[in-house]
Amino acid sequence: MLELKHITFDAPASKSADGREIPGKRIINDFSLDIEQGKITVITGPNGGGKSTLARLIMGIEKPTSGRFLLDGEDITEKPIDERARLGIGYGFQTPARFKGMKVRKLITLASGRKISTNECNEYLSAVGLCSGNYLQREVDKSLSGGELKRIEIASVLARNPRVAIFDEPEAGIDLWSFDKLIDTFLQFHHAQPDHALVIISHQERIMQIADRIVVIKEGQLDREGPREEMMPTLMIRMPQNPTCGMAAVETTIGQWSLTEEGVR
Amino acid sequence: MSEIQSQSALDQSQIDDITSAMLGVIADMKASEVQGAVNIRKDGHLAARRNSENIVIETKTDVPGIDIKVKPGTIGEQVHIPVVLTETGLNDKVYNDFYIGAGSDVYIVAGCGIHNDGCETSEHDGIHRFFLEKGSKVVYVEKHYGEGSGSGDRILNPRTEVHMGENTQMEMVMVQIEGVTDTVRDTDCYLAEGAKLTITEKLKTSESQKATSNVKIELEGDSSSVQVISRSVAMDDSVQIFAPLVVGKADCRGHVQCDAIIMGNAKVRSVPGIEADSEDAQLVHEAAIGKIAGEQIIKLMTLGLSEEEAEQQILEDFLS
Repeated sequence: MLELKHITFDAPASKSADGREIPGKRIINDFSLDIEQGKITVITGPNGGGKSTLARLIMGIEKPTSGRFLLDGEDITEKPIDERARLGIGYGFQTPARFKGMKVRKLITLASGRKISTNECNEYLSAVGLCSGNYLQREVDKSLSGGELKRIEIASVLARNPRVAIFDEPEAGIDLWSFDKLIDTFLQFHHAQPDHALVIISHQERIMQIADRIVVIKEGQLDREGPREEMMPTLMIRMPQNPTCGMAAVETTIGQWSLTEEGVR
Repeated sequence: MSEIQSQSALDQSQIDDITSAMLGVIADMKASEVQGAVNIRKDGHLAARRNSENIVIETKTDVPGIDIKVKPGTIGEQVHIPVVLTETGLNDKVYNDFYIGAGSDVYIVAGCGIHNDGCETSEHDGIHRFFLEKGSKVVYVEKHYGEGSGSGDRILNPRTEVHMGENTQMEMVMVQIEGVTDTVRDTDCYLAEGAKLTITEKLKTSESQKATSNVKIELEGDSSSVQVISRSVAMDDSVQIFAPLVVGKADCRGHVQCDAIIMGNAKVRSVPGIEADSEDAQLVHEAAIGKIAGEQIIKLMTLGLSEEEAEQQILEDFLS
Protein backbone atom coordinates (compact mmCIF):
# COMPACT_ATOMS: atom_id res chain seq x y z
CA MET A 1 0.00 0.00 0.00
CA LEU A 2 2.69 2.46 1.09
CA GLU A 3 6.18 1.62 -0.05
CA LEU A 4 9.30 3.23 1.36
CA LYS A 5 12.14 2.70 -1.07
CA HIS A 6 15.73 3.33 0.03
CA ILE A 7 14.85 6.38 2.08
CA THR A 8 17.82 8.37 3.30
CA PHE A 9 17.58 11.59 5.25
CA ASP A 10 20.47 13.83 6.23
CA ALA A 11 19.72 16.55 8.76
CA PRO A 12 21.57 19.68 7.65
CA ALA A 13 24.13 21.39 9.85
CA SER A 14 22.56 23.98 12.10
CA LYS A 15 23.22 26.25 15.04
CA SER A 16 21.93 25.72 18.54
CA ALA A 17 20.22 28.49 20.51
CA ASP A 18 23.53 29.35 22.19
CA GLY A 19 25.30 29.61 18.84
CA ARG A 20 27.10 26.26 18.85
CA GLU A 21 27.57 24.56 15.50
CA ILE A 22 25.57 21.35 15.21
CA PRO A 23 27.07 19.26 12.42
CA GLY A 24 24.88 17.64 9.78
CA LYS A 25 23.97 14.04 10.51
CA ARG A 26 22.46 11.07 8.69
CA ILE A 27 19.21 10.28 10.52
CA ILE A 28 17.69 7.71 8.17
CA ASN A 29 19.96 5.49 6.12
CA ASP A 30 18.71 3.53 3.10
CA PHE A 31 15.48 2.46 4.77
CA SER A 32 13.00 0.35 2.82
CA LEU A 33 9.66 -0.98 4.03
CA ASP A 34 6.31 -1.99 2.62
CA ILE A 35 3.40 -0.92 4.78
CA GLU A 36 0.64 -3.35 4.00
CA GLN A 37 -3.05 -2.72 3.64
CA GLY A 38 -5.21 -4.17 6.41
CA LYS A 39 -2.27 -4.63 8.77
CA ILE A 40 -1.18 -3.03 12.01
CA THR A 41 2.51 -2.20 11.82
CA VAL A 42 4.31 -1.22 15.00
CA ILE A 43 7.62 0.58 14.57
CA THR A 44 9.89 0.39 17.57
CA GLY A 45 13.50 0.82 18.49
CA PRO A 46 15.78 2.83 20.75
CA ASN A 47 15.29 6.54 21.29
CA GLY A 48 17.05 8.63 18.70
CA GLY A 49 16.94 5.78 16.22
CA GLY A 50 14.91 7.75 13.68
CA LYS A 51 11.32 6.55 14.30
CA SER A 52 9.68 9.96 14.45
CA THR A 53 11.79 11.27 11.59
CA LEU A 54 10.60 8.37 9.49
CA ALA A 55 6.97 9.25 10.28
CA ARG A 56 7.58 12.90 9.43
CA LEU A 57 9.17 11.86 6.15
CA ILE A 58 6.13 9.74 5.30
CA MET A 59 3.82 12.68 6.05
CA GLY A 60 5.97 15.02 3.96
CA ILE A 61 7.00 17.24 6.87
CA GLU A 62 10.63 16.41 6.08
CA LYS A 63 12.00 15.81 2.59
CA PRO A 64 14.21 12.77 2.06
CA THR A 65 17.73 13.30 0.78
CA SER A 66 17.15 10.33 -1.49
CA GLY A 67 14.65 7.50 -1.95
CA ARG A 68 11.02 7.32 -3.02
CA PHE A 69 7.61 6.95 -1.41
CA LEU A 70 4.95 5.10 -3.38
CA LEU A 71 1.29 5.13 -2.31
CA ASP A 72 -0.71 2.50 -4.19
CA GLY A 73 2.05 2.58 -6.78
CA GLU A 74 1.92 6.36 -7.23
CA ASP A 75 5.13 8.26 -6.48
CA ILE A 76 4.28 10.84 -3.81
CA THR A 77 7.87 11.77 -2.89
CA GLU A 78 7.54 15.33 -4.18
CA LYS A 79 4.05 15.96 -2.87
CA PRO A 80 3.59 18.45 0.00
CA ILE A 81 1.96 17.64 3.33
CA ASP A 82 -1.56 18.75 2.44
CA GLU A 83 -1.62 16.77 -0.80
CA ARG A 84 -0.45 13.65 0.99
CA ALA A 85 -3.19 14.27 3.56
CA ARG A 86 -5.75 14.45 0.78
CA LEU A 87 -4.36 11.24 -0.70
CA GLY A 88 -5.08 9.51 2.59
CA ILE A 89 -2.05 9.76 4.85
CA GLY A 90 -2.68 10.90 8.41
CA TYR A 91 -0.34 11.58 11.30
CA GLY A 92 -0.89 11.86 15.04
CA PHE A 93 1.96 13.94 16.42
CA GLN A 94 4.03 12.85 19.36
CA THR A 95 3.95 16.41 20.71
CA PRO A 96 0.74 17.99 19.42
CA ALA A 97 0.48 21.68 18.61
CA ARG A 98 -1.68 23.97 20.73
CA PHE A 99 -3.92 26.60 19.16
CA LYS A 100 -5.03 29.68 21.03
CA GLY A 101 -8.68 30.36 20.30
CA MET A 102 -9.38 27.15 18.40
CA LYS A 103 -12.12 25.07 19.95
CA VAL A 104 -11.80 21.29 20.20
CA ARG A 105 -14.92 21.04 18.11
CA LYS A 106 -13.34 23.13 15.33
CA LEU A 107 -10.24 20.94 15.25
CA ILE A 108 -12.28 17.75 15.02
CA THR A 109 -14.48 19.28 12.32
CA LEU A 110 -11.47 20.47 10.30
CA ALA A 111 -9.96 17.02 10.64
CA SER A 112 -13.08 15.32 9.34
CA GLY A 113 -13.12 17.67 6.34
CA ARG A 114 -16.90 18.05 6.49
CA LYS A 115 -19.66 19.38 8.65
CA ILE A 116 -20.21 16.90 11.45
CA SER A 117 -22.83 16.72 14.15
CA THR A 118 -22.22 17.26 17.83
CA ASN A 119 -22.96 13.59 18.38
CA GLU A 120 -20.29 12.54 15.94
CA CYS A 121 -17.74 14.87 17.55
CA ASN A 122 -18.67 13.36 20.89
CA GLU A 123 -18.08 9.87 19.56
CA TYR A 124 -14.52 10.70 18.48
CA LEU A 125 -13.76 12.19 21.87
CA SER A 126 -15.39 9.31 23.75
CA ALA A 127 -13.26 6.93 21.72
CA VAL A 128 -10.15 8.46 23.31
CA GLY A 129 -11.68 8.52 26.77
CA LEU A 130 -12.71 12.17 26.95
CA CYS A 131 -16.12 13.04 28.33
CA SER A 132 -16.94 15.15 25.35
CA GLY A 133 -19.68 17.35 26.74
CA ASN A 134 -16.99 19.15 28.66
CA TYR A 135 -14.48 19.31 25.86
CA LEU A 136 -16.11 20.43 22.62
CA GLN A 137 -16.11 24.07 23.65
CA ARG A 138 -12.68 23.97 25.29
CA GLU A 139 -9.81 25.63 23.47
CA VAL A 140 -6.91 23.57 22.18
CA ASP A 141 -4.50 25.70 24.19
CA LYS A 142 -2.40 25.47 27.32
CA SER A 143 -5.52 25.04 29.46
CA LEU A 144 -5.49 21.39 28.36
CA SER A 145 -3.18 18.98 30.13
CA GLY A 146 -0.61 17.07 28.10
CA GLY A 147 -2.72 13.91 28.29
CA GLU A 148 -5.89 15.71 27.19
CA LEU A 149 -4.07 17.32 24.30
CA LYS A 150 -2.62 14.00 23.25
CA ARG A 151 -6.04 12.34 23.26
CA ILE A 152 -7.55 15.17 21.24
CA GLU A 153 -4.70 14.75 18.76
CA ILE A 154 -5.56 11.06 18.43
CA ALA A 155 -9.26 11.92 18.06
CA SER A 156 -8.39 14.31 15.23
CA VAL A 157 -6.70 11.50 13.32
CA LEU A 158 -9.67 9.20 13.94
CA ALA A 159 -11.98 11.92 12.61
CA ARG A 160 -9.73 12.35 9.59
CA ASN A 161 -9.95 8.61 8.99
CA PRO A 162 -6.91 8.35 6.74
CA ARG A 163 -6.16 5.24 4.71
CA VAL A 164 -2.69 5.16 6.22
CA ALA A 165 -2.81 6.38 9.83
CA ILE A 166 0.48 6.93 11.65
CA PHE A 167 0.44 7.49 15.40
CA ASP A 168 3.68 8.65 16.98
CA GLU A 169 3.95 7.31 20.54
CA PRO A 170 0.21 7.66 21.19
CA GLU A 171 0.60 6.35 24.73
CA ALA A 172 2.84 9.19 25.89
CA GLY A 173 1.07 11.17 28.61
CA ILE A 174 -1.86 8.77 28.78
CA ASP A 175 -2.69 7.12 32.06
CA LEU A 176 -3.03 3.40 32.50
CA TRP A 177 -6.84 3.30 32.51
CA SER A 178 -7.01 5.26 29.28
CA PHE A 179 -4.29 3.12 27.80
CA ASP A 180 -6.57 0.06 27.79
CA LYS A 181 -9.29 2.11 26.18
CA LEU A 182 -6.83 3.44 23.62
CA ILE A 183 -5.84 -0.05 22.54
CA ASP A 184 -9.51 -0.99 22.13
CA THR A 185 -10.02 2.15 20.09
CA PHE A 186 -7.11 1.34 17.78
CA LEU A 187 -8.45 -2.18 17.26
CA GLN A 188 -11.98 -0.98 16.56
CA PHE A 189 -10.70 1.72 14.23
CA HIS A 190 -8.59 -0.81 12.41
CA HIS A 191 -11.19 -3.57 12.15
CA ALA A 192 -13.84 -1.15 10.90
CA GLN A 193 -11.76 -0.51 7.79
CA PRO A 194 -9.93 -3.56 6.55
CA ASP A 195 -8.56 -1.71 3.54
CA HIS A 196 -6.69 0.80 5.71
CA ALA A 197 -3.26 0.54 7.26
CA LEU A 198 -2.40 1.44 10.83
CA VAL A 199 1.15 2.36 11.81
CA ILE A 200 2.00 2.93 15.46
CA ILE A 201 5.35 4.09 16.72
CA SER A 202 5.70 2.75 20.23
CA HIS A 203 7.88 1.20 22.89
CA GLN A 204 4.93 -0.36 24.65
CA GLU A 205 4.72 -4.11 24.81
CA ARG A 206 0.91 -4.02 24.85
CA ILE A 207 0.80 -2.04 21.66
CA MET A 208 3.21 -4.52 20.09
CA GLN A 209 0.79 -7.27 21.09
CA ILE A 210 -1.83 -5.91 18.67
CA ALA A 211 0.67 -5.64 15.81
CA ASP A 212 0.57 -7.82 12.76
CA ARG A 213 4.14 -6.81 12.02
CA ILE A 214 6.85 -5.32 14.14
CA VAL A 215 9.63 -3.23 12.63
CA VAL A 216 12.76 -2.32 14.59
CA ILE A 217 14.65 0.76 13.49
CA LYS A 218 18.05 1.46 14.96
CA GLU A 219 20.54 4.17 14.09
CA GLY A 220 18.40 5.11 11.13
CA GLN A 221 18.46 1.67 9.60
CA LEU A 222 16.05 -1.22 9.42
CA ASP A 223 17.36 -3.51 12.11
CA ARG A 224 14.82 -6.25 11.56
CA GLU A 225 11.15 -6.77 10.92
CA GLY A 226 8.65 -9.58 10.77
CA PRO A 227 5.37 -10.98 12.07
CA ARG A 228 4.62 -10.27 15.73
CA GLU A 229 4.91 -13.91 16.80
CA GLU A 230 8.43 -14.11 15.44
CA MET A 231 9.55 -10.70 16.58
CA MET A 232 8.25 -10.57 20.15
CA PRO A 233 10.63 -13.22 21.56
CA THR A 234 13.57 -11.35 20.07
CA LEU A 235 12.70 -8.06 21.74
CA MET A 236 13.40 -9.22 25.33
CA ILE A 237 10.65 -7.44 27.22
CA ARG A 238 12.00 -6.71 30.68
CA MET A 239 9.85 -6.94 33.80
CA PRO A 240 10.12 -4.12 36.33
CA GLN A 241 12.51 -4.75 39.20
CA ASN A 242 11.07 -6.39 42.32
CA PRO A 243 7.41 -6.83 41.39
CA THR A 244 6.74 -7.91 44.96
CA CYS A 245 3.01 -7.27 45.00
CA GLY A 246 2.10 -9.99 42.55
CA MET A 247 -0.11 -9.41 39.53
CA ALA A 248 -1.60 -6.15 40.77
CA ALA A 249 1.81 -4.59 40.77
CA VAL A 250 2.60 -6.01 37.38
CA GLU A 251 -0.64 -4.60 36.03
CA THR A 252 -0.05 -1.14 37.38
CA THR A 253 3.48 -0.94 36.13
CA ILE A 254 2.96 -2.73 32.88
CA GLY A 255 2.91 0.55 31.03
CA GLN A 256 6.52 1.06 32.07
CA TRP A 257 7.81 -2.10 30.49
CA SER A 258 10.43 -1.22 28.04
CA LEU A 259 12.70 -2.68 25.50
CA THR A 260 16.01 -3.53 27.02
CA GLU A 261 19.04 -2.31 25.23
CA GLU A 262 20.05 -5.89 24.62
CA GLY A 263 16.71 -6.44 22.94
CA VAL A 264 17.32 -3.99 20.19
CA ARG A 265 21.03 -3.98 19.87
CA MET B 1 -39.66 46.65 27.40
CA SER B 2 -43.26 46.37 26.44
CA GLU B 3 -44.21 44.08 23.66
CA ILE B 4 -45.65 46.89 21.61
CA GLN B 5 -42.48 48.92 21.81
CA SER B 6 -40.21 45.99 21.08
CA GLN B 7 -42.13 45.44 17.90
CA SER B 8 -42.44 49.08 16.89
CA ALA B 9 -40.81 49.65 13.53
CA LEU B 10 -37.67 51.74 13.27
CA ASP B 11 -37.89 54.62 10.80
CA GLN B 12 -35.35 53.53 8.20
CA SER B 13 -35.85 56.31 5.68
CA GLN B 14 -32.26 57.50 6.17
CA ILE B 15 -30.66 54.04 6.10
CA ASP B 16 -29.15 53.47 2.66
CA ASP B 17 -27.50 50.29 1.38
CA ILE B 18 -23.96 51.15 2.48
CA THR B 19 -25.18 52.09 5.95
CA SER B 20 -27.23 48.95 6.15
CA ALA B 21 -24.25 46.76 5.22
CA MET B 22 -22.04 48.54 7.73
CA LEU B 23 -24.61 48.05 10.48
CA GLY B 24 -24.48 44.35 9.80
CA VAL B 25 -20.70 44.33 10.28
CA ILE B 26 -20.31 46.62 13.28
CA ALA B 27 -23.48 45.89 15.20
CA ASP B 28 -24.61 42.48 13.94
CA MET B 29 -27.89 44.14 13.21
CA LYS B 30 -30.44 44.47 10.52
CA ALA B 31 -32.20 47.75 11.14
CA SER B 32 -35.53 46.13 10.45
CA GLU B 33 -35.02 43.38 13.03
CA VAL B 34 -33.12 44.98 15.85
CA GLN B 35 -34.60 44.66 19.33
CA GLY B 36 -34.77 47.18 22.14
CA ALA B 37 -33.53 50.75 22.24
CA VAL B 38 -31.74 52.00 19.12
CA ASN B 39 -29.84 55.11 18.10
CA ILE B 40 -28.22 55.18 14.68
CA ARG B 41 -25.92 58.08 13.92
CA LYS B 42 -24.91 58.64 10.32
CA ASP B 43 -22.51 61.29 9.05
CA GLY B 44 -22.76 63.37 12.17
CA HIS B 45 -26.54 63.32 12.47
CA LEU B 46 -29.23 61.21 14.03
CA ALA B 47 -30.53 58.77 11.42
CA ALA B 48 -32.94 56.71 13.49
CA ARG B 49 -33.92 56.30 17.13
CA ARG B 50 -36.24 54.19 19.19
CA ASN B 51 -36.65 54.16 22.95
CA SER B 52 -38.02 51.31 24.98
CA GLU B 53 -40.10 51.47 28.09
CA ASN B 54 -37.09 51.10 30.36
CA ILE B 55 -34.35 52.63 28.24
CA VAL B 56 -34.49 56.25 27.18
CA ILE B 57 -32.05 57.83 24.73
CA GLU B 58 -31.87 61.64 24.74
CA THR B 59 -29.84 64.06 22.65
CA LYS B 60 -27.42 66.13 24.68
CA THR B 61 -28.01 69.85 24.59
CA ASP B 62 -24.50 71.14 25.35
CA VAL B 63 -22.28 68.90 23.20
CA PRO B 64 -22.93 66.44 20.36
CA GLY B 65 -23.97 63.06 21.68
CA ILE B 66 -26.59 61.23 23.67
CA ASP B 67 -27.51 60.16 27.18
CA ILE B 68 -28.65 56.57 27.51
CA LYS B 69 -30.61 56.01 30.68
CA VAL B 70 -31.44 52.50 31.81
CA LYS B 71 -34.05 52.34 34.57
CA PRO B 72 -33.14 50.40 37.72
CA GLY B 73 -34.12 46.75 37.56
CA THR B 74 -34.20 46.55 33.76
CA ILE B 75 -33.36 42.96 32.93
CA GLY B 76 -32.37 41.39 29.61
CA GLU B 77 -32.79 44.42 27.35
CA GLN B 78 -30.58 45.53 24.49
CA VAL B 79 -29.26 48.90 23.36
CA HIS B 80 -27.79 49.45 19.90
CA ILE B 81 -26.01 52.74 19.20
CA PRO B 82 -23.98 52.30 16.01
CA VAL B 83 -22.27 55.14 14.14
CA VAL B 84 -21.67 55.13 10.41
CA LEU B 85 -19.57 57.57 8.41
CA THR B 86 -19.92 57.53 4.65
CA GLU B 87 -18.89 61.10 3.79
CA THR B 88 -15.21 61.70 3.13
CA GLY B 89 -13.57 64.50 5.10
CA LEU B 90 -15.97 64.30 8.03
CA ASN B 91 -14.67 64.68 11.58
CA ASP B 92 -17.35 63.48 13.94
CA LYS B 93 -16.92 63.72 17.70
CA VAL B 94 -19.61 62.57 20.10
CA TYR B 95 -20.09 62.31 23.84
CA ASN B 96 -22.25 59.40 24.91
CA ASP B 97 -23.08 58.78 28.55
CA PHE B 98 -24.63 55.59 29.83
CA TYR B 99 -26.45 55.61 33.15
CA ILE B 100 -27.13 52.04 34.20
CA GLY B 101 -29.71 51.81 36.99
CA ALA B 102 -29.21 49.64 40.06
CA GLY B 103 -29.82 45.93 39.63
CA SER B 104 -30.28 46.09 35.86
CA ASP B 105 -28.77 43.68 33.36
CA VAL B 106 -28.35 44.98 29.81
CA TYR B 107 -26.53 44.24 26.57
CA ILE B 108 -25.12 47.25 24.75
CA VAL B 109 -23.76 47.20 21.23
CA ALA B 110 -21.85 50.22 19.99
CA GLY B 111 -19.48 50.39 17.08
CA CYS B 112 -18.37 52.53 14.25
CA GLY B 113 -18.02 51.84 10.59
CA ILE B 114 -16.28 54.22 8.22
CA HIS B 115 -16.85 53.91 4.50
CA ASN B 116 -14.50 56.35 2.82
CA ASP B 117 -14.47 56.47 -0.95
CA GLY B 118 -12.80 59.88 -1.03
CA CYS B 119 -9.30 61.22 -0.53
CA GLU B 120 -9.88 63.18 2.65
CA THR B 121 -9.62 61.82 6.17
CA SER B 122 -12.78 60.57 7.85
CA GLU B 123 -12.61 60.48 11.62
CA HIS B 124 -14.91 59.48 14.44
CA ASP B 125 -14.03 60.03 18.07
CA GLY B 126 -16.53 58.49 20.44
CA ILE B 127 -16.20 59.51 24.05
CA HIS B 128 -18.18 57.06 26.14
CA ARG B 129 -18.77 57.22 29.84
CA PHE B 130 -20.47 54.48 31.81
CA PHE B 131 -21.93 54.90 35.27
CA LEU B 132 -22.96 51.56 36.73
CA GLU B 133 -25.10 51.73 39.83
CA LYS B 134 -24.99 49.12 42.58
CA GLY B 135 -25.50 45.53 41.47
CA SER B 136 -25.96 46.29 37.78
CA LYS B 137 -24.54 44.17 35.01
CA VAL B 138 -23.51 45.23 31.50
CA VAL B 139 -22.18 43.45 28.46
CA TYR B 140 -20.71 46.04 26.13
CA VAL B 141 -19.62 45.14 22.60
CA GLU B 142 -17.84 47.68 20.42
CA LYS B 143 -16.72 46.94 16.88
CA HIS B 144 -14.69 49.18 14.63
CA TYR B 145 -14.40 48.71 10.93
CA GLY B 146 -13.20 50.67 7.92
CA GLU B 147 -13.69 50.21 4.20
CA GLY B 148 -13.93 52.16 0.98
CA SER B 149 -12.02 52.70 -2.22
CA GLY B 150 -10.64 56.15 -1.44
CA SER B 151 -7.14 57.09 -0.36
CA GLY B 152 -8.46 59.08 2.61
CA ASP B 153 -7.55 57.83 6.06
CA ARG B 154 -10.13 56.20 8.29
CA ILE B 155 -9.44 57.24 11.85
CA LEU B 156 -11.11 56.18 15.09
CA ASN B 157 -10.06 57.50 18.47
CA PRO B 158 -12.43 56.15 21.08
CA ARG B 159 -12.19 57.14 24.69
CA THR B 160 -14.06 55.07 27.23
CA GLU B 161 -14.47 55.80 30.90
CA VAL B 162 -16.15 53.26 33.16
CA HIS B 163 -17.26 53.94 36.72
CA MET B 164 -18.32 50.73 38.35
CA GLY B 165 -20.32 50.92 41.57
CA GLU B 166 -20.49 48.30 44.31
CA ASN B 167 -20.94 44.71 43.19
CA THR B 168 -21.38 45.61 39.54
CA GLN B 169 -20.22 43.48 36.66
CA MET B 170 -19.11 44.53 33.22
CA GLU B 171 -17.86 42.58 30.26
CA MET B 172 -16.33 44.75 27.54
CA VAL B 173 -15.55 43.30 24.15
CA MET B 174 -13.72 45.71 21.89
CA VAL B 175 -12.98 44.57 18.39
CA GLN B 176 -11.27 46.33 15.51
CA ILE B 177 -11.98 44.16 12.56
CA GLU B 178 -10.02 45.73 9.74
CA GLY B 179 -9.58 48.76 7.56
CA VAL B 180 -8.99 51.38 10.24
CA THR B 181 -5.97 53.44 9.24
CA ASP B 182 -5.16 54.89 12.61
CA THR B 183 -6.60 54.41 16.05
CA VAL B 184 -5.73 55.53 19.54
CA ARG B 185 -7.94 53.95 22.12
CA ASP B 186 -7.98 55.14 25.70
CA THR B 187 -9.88 53.19 28.29
CA ASP B 188 -10.06 54.11 31.99
CA CYS B 189 -12.01 52.07 34.51
CA TYR B 190 -12.63 52.61 38.21
CA LEU B 191 -13.90 49.68 40.27
CA ALA B 192 -15.60 49.96 43.66
CA GLU B 193 -16.00 47.15 46.19
CA GLY B 194 -16.98 43.81 44.68
CA ALA B 195 -16.96 45.09 41.09
CA LYS B 196 -15.86 42.65 38.43
CA LEU B 197 -14.62 43.69 34.99
CA THR B 198 -13.50 41.71 31.98
CA ILE B 199 -12.00 43.47 28.99
CA THR B 200 -11.40 41.49 25.83
CA GLU B 201 -9.65 43.39 23.07
CA LYS B 202 -9.25 41.95 19.59
CA LEU B 203 -7.39 43.77 16.90
CA LYS B 204 -6.19 43.15 13.39
CA THR B 205 -4.04 45.62 11.48
CA SER B 206 -2.53 45.41 8.02
CA GLU B 207 -0.84 47.59 5.38
CA SER B 208 0.58 50.65 7.17
CA GLN B 209 -2.13 50.95 9.79
CA LYS B 210 -1.36 52.06 13.32
CA ALA B 211 -3.19 51.09 16.49
CA THR B 212 -2.53 52.13 20.06
CA SER B 213 -4.47 50.96 23.06
CA ASN B 214 -3.96 52.48 26.49
CA VAL B 215 -5.97 50.87 29.24
CA LYS B 216 -5.87 51.90 32.88
CA ILE B 217 -7.85 50.08 35.51
CA GLU B 218 -7.98 51.22 39.09
CA LEU B 219 -9.14 48.59 41.54
CA GLU B 220 -10.33 50.86 44.34
CA GLY B 221 -12.57 48.60 46.38
CA ASP B 222 -11.97 45.34 48.24
CA SER B 223 -12.91 42.18 46.33
CA SER B 224 -12.84 44.03 43.04
CA SER B 225 -11.27 42.19 40.12
CA VAL B 226 -10.32 42.67 36.51
CA GLN B 227 -9.17 40.47 33.70
CA VAL B 228 -7.74 42.07 30.56
CA ILE B 229 -7.28 39.83 27.54
CA SER B 230 -5.76 41.33 24.44
CA ARG B 231 -5.32 39.36 21.26
CA SER B 232 -4.01 40.93 18.12
CA VAL B 233 -2.66 40.19 14.69
CA ALA B 234 -0.26 42.67 13.10
CA MET B 235 0.38 42.16 9.39
CA ASP B 236 2.33 43.87 6.59
CA ASP B 237 3.87 47.15 7.79
CA SER B 238 1.37 47.87 10.53
CA VAL B 239 2.27 48.98 14.04
CA GLN B 240 0.53 48.15 17.29
CA ILE B 241 1.16 49.42 20.80
CA PHE B 242 -0.54 48.01 23.87
CA ALA B 243 -0.19 49.55 27.28
CA PRO B 244 -2.64 48.08 29.75
CA LEU B 245 -2.05 49.07 33.35
CA VAL B 246 -3.79 47.67 36.41
CA VAL B 247 -3.51 49.55 39.68
CA GLY B 248 -4.50 47.66 42.82
CA LYS B 249 -5.49 49.91 45.70
CA ALA B 250 -7.31 47.38 47.88
CA ASP B 251 -7.74 43.66 48.52
CA CYS B 252 -8.24 42.97 44.82
CA ARG B 253 -7.27 40.72 41.92
CA GLY B 254 -5.99 41.73 38.49
CA HIS B 255 -4.77 39.75 35.51
CA VAL B 256 -3.50 41.17 32.23
CA GLN B 257 -2.73 38.97 29.28
CA CYS B 258 -1.53 40.28 25.92
CA ASP B 259 -0.98 37.94 22.99
CA ALA B 260 0.08 39.12 19.56
CA ILE B 261 0.81 37.35 16.31
CA ILE B 262 3.26 39.29 14.20
CA MET B 263 3.65 38.86 10.44
CA GLY B 264 5.54 40.52 7.60
CA ASN B 265 7.27 43.76 8.60
CA ALA B 266 4.83 44.62 11.35
CA LYS B 267 5.88 45.99 14.72
CA VAL B 268 4.21 45.24 18.03
CA ARG B 269 5.02 46.80 21.38
CA SER B 270 3.35 45.26 24.36
CA VAL B 271 3.85 46.91 27.73
CA PRO B 272 1.50 45.44 30.30
CA GLY B 273 1.88 47.05 33.70
CA ILE B 274 0.76 46.32 37.23
CA GLU B 275 0.98 48.62 40.24
CA ALA B 276 0.04 47.70 43.77
CA ASP B 277 -0.79 50.30 46.38
CA SER B 278 -2.04 47.70 48.84
CA GLU B 279 -0.33 44.64 50.29
CA ASP B 280 -3.52 42.69 49.62
CA ALA B 281 -3.53 43.37 45.89
CA GLN B 282 -2.76 40.31 43.77
CA LEU B 283 -1.80 41.32 40.25
CA VAL B 284 -0.39 39.29 37.38
CA HIS B 285 0.60 40.26 33.89
CA GLU B 286 1.82 38.24 30.94
CA ALA B 287 2.60 39.19 27.37
CA ALA B 288 3.66 37.23 24.32
CA ILE B 289 4.51 38.25 20.77
CA GLY B 290 5.42 35.76 18.09
CA LYS B 291 4.78 34.55 14.61
CA ILE B 292 2.40 31.71 13.86
CA ALA B 293 4.07 28.56 15.08
CA GLY B 294 5.23 26.34 12.24
CA GLU B 295 3.90 23.31 14.08
CA GLN B 296 0.39 24.78 13.96
CA ILE B 297 0.51 25.21 10.20
CA ILE B 298 1.95 21.73 9.74
CA LYS B 299 -0.76 20.16 11.89
CA LEU B 300 -3.53 21.78 9.85
CA MET B 301 -1.79 20.79 6.62
CA THR B 302 -1.83 17.18 7.79
CA LEU B 303 -5.61 17.63 7.92
CA GLY B 304 -5.64 18.60 4.25
CA LEU B 305 -5.56 22.41 4.49
CA SER B 306 -3.17 24.31 2.22
CA GLU B 307 -0.55 26.49 3.88
CA GLU B 308 -2.61 29.63 3.16
CA GLU B 309 -5.83 28.06 4.44
CA ALA B 310 -4.04 26.89 7.57
CA GLU B 311 -2.66 30.36 8.26
CA GLN B 312 -6.06 31.96 7.71
CA GLN B 313 -7.72 29.44 10.02
CA ILE B 314 -5.18 30.01 12.78
CA LEU B 315 -5.64 33.79 12.62
CA GLU B 316 -9.42 33.50 12.52
CA ASP B 317 -9.53 31.35 15.62
CA PHE B 318 -6.94 33.44 17.44
CA LEU B 319 -9.19 36.47 17.03
CA SER B 320 -12.48 34.62 17.48
